Amino acid sequence: MDYHQFRHFADSWGLVYLLVVFLAAVAFLFRPGAKSGYDRAARIPFDEE
Amino acid sequence: MKFSHAIIEKNATLLLVLSFIAVSIGGIVEIAPLFYLQNTIEKVEGVRPYTPLELAGRGIYIREGCYTCHSQMIRPFRDEVERYGHYSLAAESMYDHPFQWGSKRTGPDLARVGGKYSDEWHVQHLTAPRSVVPESVMPGYPFLAQTPVRSDDIADHLRANIRVGVPYTDAMVASALADMKAQANPDDKNADALLARYPGAVIRDFDGDPGQLSEMDAVVAYLQMLGTLVDFNAYNDEANRR
Amino acid sequence: MGAAFFYVIMGLAATFAVIVASLTHDPNFAIHAWIVVLAALVAIVAGLNTFDPEGKPKPVKGKYLDGVVQAGVIATMFWGLAGFLVGVVIALQLTFPALNLDTAYTNFGRLRPLHTSAVVFAFGGNALIATSFYVVQRTTGARLALGNTAWFVFWGYQLFIVLAATGYLLGITQSKEYAEPEWYVDLWLTVVWVAYLAVFLGTLFRRKEPHIYVANWFYLSFIVTIAMLHVVNNLSMPVSLLGAKSYSLFSGVQDALTQWWYGHNAVGFFLTAGFLGMMYYFVPKQAGRPIYSYRLSIIHFWALIFLYIWAGPHHLHYTALPDWAQTLGMVFSIMLWMPSWGGMINGLMTLSGAWDKLRTDPVLRMMVMAIAFYGMSTFEGPMMSIKSVNSLSHYTDWTIGHVHSGALGWVGMISFGAVYFLAPKLWDRQGLYSARLVNWHFWLATIGIVLYAASMWVSGIMQGLMWRAYDSLGFLQYSFAETVAAMHPFYLIRACGGGLYLLGALVMAYNIARTIMGHQRREVPMGFAAPAVQGA
Repeated sequence: MDYHQFRHFADSWGLVYLLVVFLAAVAFLFRPGAKSGYDRAARIPFDEE
Repeated sequence: MKFSHAIIEKNATLLLVLSFIAVSIGGIVEIAPLFYLQNTIEKVEGVRPYTPLELAGRGIYIREGCYTCHSQMIRPFRDEVERYGHYSLAAESMYDHPFQWGSKRTGPDLARVGGKYSDEWHVQHLTAPRSVVPESVMPGYPFLAQTPVRSDDIADHLRANIRVGVPYTDAMVASALADMKAQANPDDKNADALLARYPGAVIRDFDGDPGQLSEMDAVVAYLQMLGTLVDFNAYNDEANRR
Repeated sequence: MGAAFFYVIMGLAATFAVIVASLTHDPNFAIHAWIVVLAALVAIVAGLNTFDPEGKPKPVKGKYLDGVVQAGVIATMFWGLAGFLVGVVIALQLTFPALNLDTAYTNFGRLRPLHTSAVVFAFGGNALIATSFYVVQRTTGARLALGNTAWFVFWGYQLFIVLAATGYLLGITQSKEYAEPEWYVDLWLTVVWVAYLAVFLGTLFRRKEPHIYVANWFYLSFIVTIAMLHVVNNLSMPVSLLGAKSYSLFSGVQDALTQWWYGHNAVGFFLTAGFLGMMYYFVPKQAGRPIYSYRLSIIHFWALIFLYIWAGPHHLHYTALPDWAQTLGMVFSIMLWMPSWGGMINGLMTLSGAWDKLRTDPVLRMMVMAIAFYGMSTFEGPMMSIKSVNSLSHYTDWTIGHVHSGALGWVGMISFGAVYFLAPKLWDRQGLYSARLVNWHFWLATIGIVLYAASMWVSGIMQGLMWRAYDSLGFLQYSFAETVAAMHPFYLIRACGGGLYLLGALVMAYNIARTIMGHQRREVPMGFAAPAVQGA
């Protein structure tokens, strides 16, 4: 695979792949029922002195 | 209880591994190809390793932090090409360990300063910059002319360069010290042999003091060769476009 | 056993260094060897002073190992003052070149790496090590792992700083920006850094809290990535094992990209990710409310660390680096704007509903100003990475201004905020000596940064435009020397800005010292007017 083919792949499927990974990560984080767990984690600094 | 603790341990390790993977990708994709893509370094005539005296001068250039104010990388813009000369090629720094492209021009670019000024000008300018350029904010380096350049380990410097890939020959290493002395003395009997080993080397008493081989000799020898090696008449701009 | 082992190691180190010092032909290398001898002897004497002949196991004081954090806070303050001072000195050297004194040890070229390393690695590094040790203990409920290894990390790191700094003055440098120390100092830092990683990771392993708080993610990625960058960028071949000088393994274009992959991510991971860890702990603590969105912080983390590492080539626009690499660097730099601002919004919105606290709490105000500068410089950075903008800004003082709005504004202010938070806690005091002095510090620093950044914007853009200006006949309008002369007033303004910032840090040092001594200034609380003279 020479540079131009690689560049073409990166510009098309590579871009789509990264976008899908990003959207999947966001969807996973904001999945229903996850809020309480993250709210709990956000309070860790206040657990103790 | 034990089981859950094991998973927790794994998570910290997992976090470590995953973040390491995330930060590795960019570097691998960008840097690795530079080592094997053929067109990264242009095909040119004339680039050779530094002579021992130039190499010592380059060491002093690095030691004094000249790179903090002077770049050695001319960009392909009309004003830069008119001010400094042909834009810099990757091939011109292929033997530079480390590179000296710089990041700041508090002073002008030096990529092609070689041959632009006389040795006397350089000596005067390095000793007392404002005596020749009143606007300059450069520090003076009067100590260079008074300090003998260290030469006893010059062959070791060539050997270290060979180990990182610079094509010095055994003959160059064997005659390193003689070559170093010959370059600052046009009457030296080794001058011709030096020229044969390093085509285009400038042989002069750079600091104007035949009595000693000073750090000034080395620095000026280095400055006077910067950007002079490539034969741009033989250089094909189009063939090297990338 | 532990103590004996310590003395044997230190004795061997001192002996080894004496042998090196006597064998080497490199006088500078010998000086460094003697510094190592001195360090080992000091360690032995300090160890003897605390030596307990009965050898009773000492009771562990307190739940956490906080002595090393205390030491880190003091070291942060000390190196901060030193680094800012050298910065002001070199700013004045550019304004009045006679101040170089024209000696090898005082010229700009040697002092400039002294300044950058002192502020980035000595001030910033100590702030990061100290706060990471504090935060990881408080968010895991576990004491620092591996016993006194944390103390080895602290003192080992100080030795690295001393060797690097003295090396610059002696002319020992490999000329790679922010990675100037030579091969043997690099090796030493690698040892210290691995110990740091081991302590941090070991503490995470011992945690009582199942979830790893996000601040620790940032700290961990900072430690790991810096290890990777440091090792790869410093690969080099020493001329002799008994001399300081080495030659970089890479050359020319490959060396350039490796260096700026390192250099940009020293910004990205040392000066950003690590300090974001600081933000994610200390801003919520000081504001008394949890981070605005924990989920946004997770996106912030992964997006930031993935994208940052690609941005290095924007330091090499229009150079002999192949175009494809430049383009990649530009694209990822622009994308980096988004996670950066996501993080900024997350930090700022933490105060949502509590903005009134800014009126009464100057420490919180300092942290918020830090986040605002983070936002500003992470907008400016992507903009400057666009090739057409970069063609003007590169090589000029605009870059210097950009770096300092990030360094003075973001890194400095968030570290000051963290130290103001930590000092009363670590020394068990009621509060700071004086909140009003914090307010003074805040304004001195802010005005200093504004003077600095504004003067460098003007001078940088002016410089770039003068370089490319043509007269009506089609000749270059200005000689280089004329552009240098035009910079003078701006260099003076910049030095004044830096001076104000240094003054603010001196006020802070006084405030922190009095806090540690347990003093409390009698003053009208912030947010209330000074009592008016009573009428009849």
